[in-house]
Amino acid sequence: MAIEVRVPTVLRKHTDGERRVSGDGGDIRDLISDLGSRHNGLRGALVADDGNLHRFINVYVNDEDVRFLKGIDTPLSDGDVVSILPAVAGG
Amino acid sequence: MPAQSNHEFHLDAVTHDALIAHARSDFPYEVCGLLAGSGGRLVKHYRIPNAARSMTFYNMDPKALLDAMNEMDDNDWDLLGIYHSHTHTEAYPSSTDVKLAFYRDAVYLIVSLQDDQQPVVRAYNIVDGQITERSVVVDGEQTVTAPR
Repeated sequence: MAIEVRVPTVLRKHTDGERRVSGDGGDIRDLISDLGSRHNGLRGALVADDGNLHRFINVYVNDEDVRFLKGIDTPLSDGDVVSILPAVAGG
Repeated sequence: MPAQSNHEFHLDAVTHDALIAHARSDFPYEVCGLLAGSGGRLVKHYRIPNAARSMTFYNMDPKALLDAMNEMDDNDWDLLGIYHSHTHTEAYPSSTDVKLAFYRDAVYLIVSLQDDQQPVVRAYNIVDGQITERSVVVDGEQTVTAPR
């Protein structure tokens, strides 16, 4: 199963500069594990110690924010496009 | 508009005034947005809704953020600037701004409305917790020069 992942500039240091990578997984959690096995440091940039997505990382499936789906357990299907963006936030 | 340099941030007056107008538009809440560029020159100004709609915090609406970032990526534009307003404090990064500065290649602009009669736009690089101010240059003229 192929999932296309759009990687933002700030995370491309983990993907040798690639702006799009492909991965596998039945849900976001599995996809991140798969990506992490090939792209060093990527998993730690996305997943917190408690196993959930970092609070200030936005993950989208086909442009839908996974916070409004099932978070890191959001299921994936062949051909889905996953986008990742660090939040732009401050005080 | 000349290309950006390492210690200045160039804005055209129209964009500079648009940032201030945006900041005023939702006073006393903080507003936020992005500036996209190509070759260091500004090509698009995005007003992004503040999902937090707070006087002390901003968090760009994730969907609007994605749409803007995708458009930049598709056009090979760079994220030149990230701006937000401080409605009651000076145009200097707060501790939260520093902690959440994930975009190390972007310039962080802060629009302060602390003095309503004299709004101020200042620019910073925020990398690994280090704040470095850039001079804001509007249509070739420096506005704020002295680093803090």
